[in-house]
Amino acid sequence: MMRVLAALSGGVDSAVAAARVRDAGHDVTAVHLALSSNPQTFRSGARGCCSLEDSRDARRVADVLGLPYYVWDLAEQFRAEVVDDFVSEYAAGRTPNPCLRCNERIKFAAVLDRAVGLGFDAVCTGHYAQILDGPDGPELHRAVDPDKDQSYVLAVLDRNQIARSLFPLGDSPKAEVRREAAARGILVADKPDSHDICFIADGDTRAFLASRLGERPGHVVDRDGVVLGDHDGAYAFTVGQRKGLGLTVATHDRQPRYVLSIEPTSNVVTVGPREALAVNEIVAERPRWCGTRVGDGEVFAVQFRAHGETVSATVHVDSELLRATLDDPASGVAPGQALVLYDGTRVRGSATITSAR
Amino acid sequence: MAYLDHAATTPMLPAAMAALTKELGEVGNPSSLHAAGRRARRAVEESREAIAAAFGARPSEVVFTAGGTEADNLAVKGLYWSRQKDRPRPRILASSVEHHAVLDPVRWLVEYQGAEVVWLEVDTLGRVDPLQVHEEIARDPGSVALVTVMWANNEVGTVQPVADCAAAAAAFGVPIHSDAVQIAGHLPLDFDASGLDAVTLSGHKLGGPVGVGALLLGRSATPAPLIHGGGQERDVRSGTLDTPSIAGFAAAATEAIDTRAPREATIAALRDELIAGVIEQVPDARLNGDPRLDEAHRLPGNAHLSFPGCEGDSLLMLLDARGVHCSTGSACSAGVAEPSHVLLAMGSSPAEARSSLRFSLGHTSTRADVDELVAVIGPVVERARAARASTASQV
Repeated sequence: MMRVLAALSGGVDSAVAAARVRDAGHDVTAVHLALSSNPQTFRSGARGCCSLEDSRDARRVADVLGLPYYVWDLAEQFRAEVVDDFVSEYAAGRTPNPCLRCNERIKFAAVLDRAVGLGFDAVCTGHYAQILDGPDGPELHRAVDPDKDQSYVLAVLDRNQIARSLFPLGDSPKAEVRREAAARGILVADKPDSHDICFIADGDTRAFLASRLGERPGHVVDRDGVVLGDHDGAYAFTVGQRKGLGLTVATHDRQPRYVLSIEPTSNVVTVGPREALAVNEIVAERPRWCGTRVGDGEVFAVQFRAHGETVSATVHVDSELLRATLDDPASGVAPGQALVLYDGTRVRGSATITSAR
Repeated sequence: MAYLDHAATTPMLPAAMAALTKELGEVGNPSSLHAAGRRARRAVEESREAIAAAFGARPSEVVFTAGGTEADNLAVKGLYWSRQKDRPRPRILASSVEHHAVLDPVRWLVEYQGAEVVWLEVDTLGRVDPLQVHEEIARDPGSVALVTVMWANNEVGTVQPVADCAAAAAAFGVPIHSDAVQIAGHLPLDFDASGLDAVTLSGHKLGGPVGVGALLLGRSATPAPLIHGGGQERDVRSGTLDTPSIAGFAAAATEAIDTRAPREATIAALRDELIAGVIEQVPDARLNGDPRLDEAHRLPGNAHLSFPGCEGDSLLMLLDARGVHCSTGSACSAGVAEPSHVLLAMGSSPAEARSSLRFSLGHTSTRADVDELVAVIGPVVERARAARASTASQV
C-alpha cells in the first residue's frame, strides 16, 4: 500500500484516476490545486479547472470516493512559473505550451515535492499516459487511446518524477472512463472535456496577450522585405499561421501566405508561401530525459505539437542542444514548442525548439 | 478524535436540542392571532426574555436574526444608512481585525455607498487603542456614522477594551457596535452596562443551533432595515420568526450563562495545558495574541500559535489525518487558506501569518483531546517543515 496524493481538477478523468488508485488498496488523499488567485464563479467554455464550480465538483468527487479533501493554493507559483513565462515567451516571438510548463514546474515539481515532504509516496493525476516497467526502471509511454494521449505534455518528467507518478487512465479509452465514472456515481461523469488554456477565461489568447503586452504595431513583410500589411503586436502570431494576417497587398501568385518567422526585436512578421514553411533541421534547447539520455545519432519519431503527427528523425545531442535531422520535411514548426522523442510508444525525452530550417 | 475547533462551531447543548426539537413538533406562526399563533409567540417572547436576562438587556432590545453575520450586517449597514438622514456622515471607524461579517459590509459601503473607513490600528497583541477612537471622532465628530469594534477576536482571542471605546463614542453621541459572537456565553456580557448601542450574538457559538442569532439593540438605535417584508422584529427585521431555532438559542444561552464561570475556568486550564504542552514539544512555537491568559485579556478557549518554517495548511492536513481538528483561520470560497488579516494587522509577515494554527476548546473538551494533540504535534511540525523546505528549494 502506498500513500497517494490524488490531484482532483473537478473533472471526470482525475476522479476516475483517484477512484482506481483507491480501489487498488492505496491510502488516497485528494487535493484540488487553486491556480488562479481570482477564480471565476462558474466554468466557462472548455476550461477544465480553476473556477469555484470546479473546486466544488472536486470536493463532491472526494465525498463520493470517501477521500479527505484539501485545496492547495498554488496561484502565486502558477502565475510566476506558467502565466508570466507564457507571456514572455510570446513576447520573444515563440509559441510556448503552458501545459508542459505546468507539469514541469507545478504539478510534478511543487506539488510532488510538497507531497513527498508530507510523507506521500506518489502523486496521481488523470493524465492519459502509461508508466510501464522497463529494464532500467519505470518508462513513460503513450496512452492506448490515441485521441486522448497526453504523453506529449508529460515529456518533461525525469526518471524520479515518473517513479513517483501514477497515471491510472493510460490503458483506457475515454468512453470507458466516462462509463466508469457514471457507474461509480461520480457526478461529473458527463462534464465536457477541457482543452483550452486554463488561465485564459474566454479562450481569446490574442486579447489576453494584448492586455498583458499592450499594442506594439509593426509590419508584416514578405521574404524580400516588401511590406504587405500592419499588425498590432508580433506576439499575436505563430509560425505556420495562415488566418488573420491582415495583409492589404495581394500576393502575385494568388496563393495563401503563412507566417514564416517572428522577429521580436524589429517587431517584423515575415510571411511566405506554404512550401517555405518546410524544415529539415530542428535545433532545441534544455533537453530533459524521461529516463536514460539518448545516444548520439539514434533515430526517433519526433513530435512538435500535442496532437501532431510524428516524423522520423536522426538526433544528435551535445551538452546543451539537441539537433534533429528529419527524414521528410515538416511544416509549422515554431520556436518555443516542445520537440518530443518517441521510441515506439515510449517517450524518451523532450527539448524546447529554438530554430528550424 | 480531538475536536479543537470550538470557535468555528461548538456541539449543541442538550437543553438546546430538547427545546429545538420540541418546537419542531409544534405548529404556529408567532404572528398569527389564533391559539396556535399565540403559543408560538409565547415561546418566542419567553426566549427573548431569557436572552435579555442572560446578557443584561431588556426584552425589547433583542432583535432576532438568522445568525451573527446578519446581525453584523444589520448593525453596520443599517446604522450607516440611518445616520445619513439629517446630514452626510461618511466615516466609519472599524477595527482592522474584525471578522469578515463586519469587514465585508464596511468595504461594501465604501465601494458602493460613498462611505469612508478609518481602520483602527491594533498593537502586536491585537488590541485597538480607545484613544485613537476618541481622536478620530474628535477630528470631525459630525462626519462619523458609527464605530464598530469586536468584543474579542475570533482568531487570536484578544479581548478588546470595548467599554473604553464605547465611552469615547458616547462622548460624541456616535453609535457604537460590537461583534460579541466569540464572547457571548463565555465571558461576562452586560449590555446595559457596556455603553454599547448594538451587540451581535450568534446561537451556534454558545451551544445553540446554527442559523439563528440576535442583535442587541439599544432603544435609541434605529438602524435602517436590510430585509423588508412585515417588520416582525421591531420594524428593523422582517421574516417569519424561526420559533424552534429561537427556543434552542435561548435554552443554550441560559445554560451557557448559568454554568459559565466554572466551565470556562476548566476550559482555560485545559487551554493553558495545551499551550504548555505544544511549546514543550515544539520549543520555537510562538503564542499569538495576548500572553496574559486571564479572561480579561484572552478568550478562555483560545490558543493561537505560530510554527516557524511550516505552512499552516500542511499542519492542518497532517493533524487532520491524525484525528486532530483545528483551524488555519479564514478560507476563501474555494477553500484556499489565506494569510490572516488579523495577524498581518498585528505586524506579522505573510509567511509568519501562514505558519499559524488556531486551537479552540469548548464545553466538551477534555484532557484527552489536549493529550492527543501534544502526542502528535512534534512529528507533525517536523514533517511540515520538511515539506516546506522541499518546495522552497523549487521556487
